[in-house]
Amino acid sequence: MKVRIQYARHGVMKFIGHLDMMRYFQKSMRRAEIDIAYSGGFSPHQIMSFASPLGVGMESESEYMDIEINSHQGGRAMRDALNAVMVPGMEILSVRALPQGAQNAMASVAAAGYLVSFRAGKPAFVTAETLRRFYEKEQIPFVKQTKKQQLTMDLKPAIYELSYRSMGNEDMADCGAITEAANDVIYMLVNASSSGNIKPVMVMEAFYRDNGETLPEFALAVTRTEIYGNRENADGKKLMPLKEAGEEF
Amino acid sequence: MKQIQLALRDEILLKVEKPARYIGNEAGSVTKEKTKNLIRFAMCFPDVYEIGMSHLGIQILYDMFNGYEDVWCERVYSPWPDLDRIMRSEKIPLFALESQEPVRDFDFLGITLQYEMCYTNILQILDLSGIPLLAKDRGPDDPIVIGGGPCAYNPEPLADFFDLFYIGEGETQYRSLLDLYQQNRAEGGSREAFLLKAARLPGIYAPAFYEVTYFADGRIKTFTPIREGIPARIEKELVSDLSQAVYPEHPVVPYIKATQDRVVLEIQRGCIRGCRFCQAGQIYRPVRERDLDMLKRYALTMLKNTGHEEISLSSLSSSDYSALEELVDYLIRVCGEKKINISLPSLRIDAFSLDVMSKVQDVRKSSLTFAPEAGSQRLRNVINKGLTEEIILEGAGQAFAGGWSRVKLYFMLGLPGETPEDIAQIAVLSDKIAALYYDTVPKEKRTGRCQIVVSTSFFVPKPFTPFQWAPQCTKEEFLDRAYMTRSAITKQLNQKSIKYNWHEADASVLEGVLARGDRRIGRVIAKAYEKGSFFDAWGEYFKNDLWMESFEECGLDLSFYTTRLRDMDEILPWDFIDCGVSKEYLKREWEKALREETSENCRSACQGCGAARYAAGVCMENRQQTGLSREGEKS
Ligand code: SF4
Repeated sequence: MKVRIQYARHGVMKFIGHLDMMRYFQKSMRRAEIDIAYSGGFSPHQIMSFASPLGVGMESESEYMDIEINSHQGGRAMRDALNAVMVPGMEILSVRALPQGAQNAMASVAAAGYLVSFRAGKPAFVTAETLRRFYEKEQIPFVKQTKKQQLTMDLKPAIYELSYRSMGNEDMADCGAITEAANDVIYMLVNASSSGNIKPVMVMEAFYRDNGETLPEFALAVTRTEIYGNRENADGKKLMPLKEAGEEF
Repeated sequence: MKQIQLALRDEILLKVEKPARYIGNEAGSVTKEKTKNLIRFAMCFPDVYEIGMSHLGIQILYDMFNGYEDVWCERVYSPWPDLDRIMRSEKIPLFALESQEPVRDFDFLGITLQYEMCYTNILQILDLSGIPLLAKDRGPDDPIVIGGGPCAYNPEPLADFFDLFYIGEGETQYRSLLDLYQQNRAEGGSREAFLLKAARLPGIYAPAFYEVTYFADGRIKTFTPIREGIPARIEKELVSDLSQAVYPEHPVVPYIKATQDRVVLEIQRGCIRGCRFCQAGQIYRPVRERDLDMLKRYALTMLKNTGHEEISLSSLSSSDYSALEELVDYLIRVCGEKKINISLPSLRIDAFSLDVMSKVQDVRKSSLTFAPEAGSQRLRNVINKGLTEEIILEGAGQAFAGGWSRVKLYFMLGLPGETPEDIAQIAVLSDKIAALYYDTVPKEKRTGRCQIVVSTSFFVPKPFTPFQWAPQCTKEEFLDRAYMTRSAITKQLNQKSIKYNWHEADASVLEGVLARGDRRIGRVIAKAYEKGSFFDAWGEYFKNDLWMESFEECGLDLSFYTTRLRDMDEILPWDFIDCGVSKEYLKREWEKALREETSENCRSACQGCGAARYAAGVCMENRQQTGLSREGEKS
C-alpha cells in the first residue's frame, strides 16, 4: 500500500540538506516501527520518495513523501507514531493512502507556494506597488548563468501568483508561522514541475534588478507553504495540494 | 518542544560547510531545565563533529552525566577551519550544541584525548571559548578543564593546559568529583580549594600540584607532589563489572553521516593478546566481557531508539569474546527481520567468521582483513603478534574458495629490531596470498584479478607498552623502509595484483614526540598553535614546518624524545601513573622481545602482568580454572 506523508519543517531543521533529511526519515521510520516495505538485494532500502527536495536554509509548511507499507494501524496511528519520534522542528501533518496506480509525489508536482521575507528588514523599494508593477510586465527576463553559457529566460509564464502581504493582513491567518523577523512578506506561487520549474530566488533577483538593485546573498528567508499537483476534471486543470490525491485511512 | 536560539546567525550557517555540525537538536540529544544547582558540563572531542560523534566513550559519558539530576552534559566539537575563521573575526565564543550557550560559562570542560595529533585542537577549543590556554592563568569564572581518554596515560605534554586529568575509565569516579564540586560550591570554596580536594580522589591528577626537575641532559631527575596530601602515584580507574556499568540506551543520532553511523555494541573491554606495540592492549587490562543477555537487550533497545540501519560490535579483538557465536547468531536472526546490517570488525579470519561474514555481507564486494603487522615470523615473535603465515594462508584459502577476492593487509614499519629481510617478507607474504588465489580459484570462476591491498603505518612507541623504552625511526629511516617495501613488492611475480599504500612520515615522528613527551613539550604545542597549527590529524592541514620551527624556538631536540634508547632506570614522564600493569612486567616483555620470545595470552597462561589485583574479568577466569596464585598482586 502506498501512503503519502505530509510534514512541516521549521527552525534549525532548515539547515539539514536533502540527503540527510532522507536519512533522518529512514531512521525515524525505524524508530516509529512503521512497517515500511524494503527493496530486495543485499543492502535493502526503504521504499520512500520525496516530492521535491527542499534547499538548505528553507523552512516549509508542507512537504511530501510517499512510502510503501506492508501493514498499518490506520493513518492517524501512523502519524502519531511518527510524531512521537520527531525532533523539535519536524512535524507530521497528515498520512493518507494513495489510490492504486496514483502518480508518485515527485512526478505529480506542478507548482509550489512560497513566502519570502527579508532577514535584515524589508528594503524601502519593496512595496505592494513596485511588486504589482513588476508582476504586470509582459515579460520578466532572467539571465541564467550555466557553466558554458548565459541563457535568458522569461519567468513570467512560470509565476502563477505574486502578491504582497503585510502582517495583520487577513491572508496571513492561513499562512501559518513565518520567520519572526519578517514584517512584510511576498507570496508567490510558481511552477515547480520537472519541466519549467523556477526558484523563488530567481523571481526575487529579477524583482531587485527591475528596481535597479542587486539581491545580496542570504538576504531572503524563504518558507515553502504548499506543493501542488494538477487535478484534471471536466472544468480542466486545477492546482491542488498534493495531499488531496490521497484518502484518510 | 521549544526551538532553541542558535549561537550562529543564519548567514553564517548558510556560508559554512555542513551547518548541521553546529545546530544540535539531534534525536537522543538532551536538554534540561536550568535549575539553580545544575552543573553545566561541556564534553568535548577536539576534532570535527563527524569524527567526534562516532566515539563511543563520549556517548557513554554523555548518557551517564545526563542521568544525574544535577548535571547537564552537552557536546562540543572543533569548528571546522571555515567556521573557525568566522568565529575569530566576529568574536563569537565557542558554544555547546544543546543549549548553544558559550562554553566559558560552563562549570566543566571535559576533553577526551584519543590521539596525539589533536593536541593543537585542544588549544583551538580553549581559545575560541575565551578560556585562558594555561591553567595557571584561569580564574574563578573559568570552567574546570579536565582531560581523559587513552592519551591521558601520558598527560605531561598537556600538563600546562589542564586543571585536572582523569586517569582510566570514566564510569567510576566522576560522581565523586561532581559531589566535591557541589560541596565546594555550597561552601563558597575557591577554585584551588576544589582542585586540591579533587587531586586526592582516586584516578584524578592535578598537574599544578607536582614539580618536575631535570638532569642537565634533559632526563627527568625528580617528579614530586609539592602540596600536602597529594598522592605521588595515581592509579587508573577501572570498571570491574561491565555488565552492571552504564551504557547508553538512546545514543545521539547525527543528521550528517558520521564515521560511525551505526549502533555500537561494546562487547568487551581490553584484550587478552598482549601485542607488544599496542597500548590499548595494556591499559585496558584485564579484559572484561559484557554479559550476553545485557548485549542482546541493549542491541534491541539501541536499534529501536536510534533507528540506525546497522549495528557493529566493538572490541579490540572480537573473536576472543567467549559467547561470540551465540551473540552473532542472535543478531543475524533479529537483524535479518528488521533489515539491519551487521558489521563485524576485528574478527580473526577462520571458518566461523567466514561463515558469518558470508551471511551478513556481499562476499563479492567485501574484503578480508589481516593485520600481521610484521612481514616475518621472527619479527612477529618480537612484537608478540600471534598470527602465523600458516593461519593467514589457511584463512585466505578458505575465503578464496568461498568467493572472496579482495584482501587487505596491515603492517607496521620501523618496529624494534626490524631488518631489510623482515621488510622483504612483507612482499613475499603478499605474493603468497595472491598466488594462493590463482591456485585455489579456477579460471572460469575468477572475476578478474584478486586484489591485495598492503598498507603500512610507521611504528610509534607508546607509553605503557613493552616498547616504551625503544628508539623510534627517523623520518628518513621511515621513508627508506617504505621504499624498500615498495620495491620488494614490485619484484614479486603477482605484483600486478598487489597495491601498496603508505603514510606520511612527518606526522608519525611528531606523534612519537607527543606520545612520549614530558612537560616541556607543552611550550612547543602552544607555539605551534600560535603559528597556526591545528587539525594536525588532517593531512591537508598538517604543517610540519610550523612544528619544526616551534621545537627550534623552544630549544628542544626532537631526537631526545624519538630516536633515543631510554635506559631501564630512567624516570619516564608517565611513571607516576599506575596503569594496572607493572613496570616489571613491561620490562620482562621488552627483554623477551629482544630475545624474540613470545608470551602466551591471558586465557592460555597468565603472564603476571599485575592487573590481577583488580580481581576482574579474565584474571578471575584463570584463578577459577587453575587455582593460580594472584600473581602480580603487588606491583
Ligand atoms: S594478571 Fe594475568 S590474566 Fe590478568 S590481565 Fe595480567 S596477564 Fe592477563
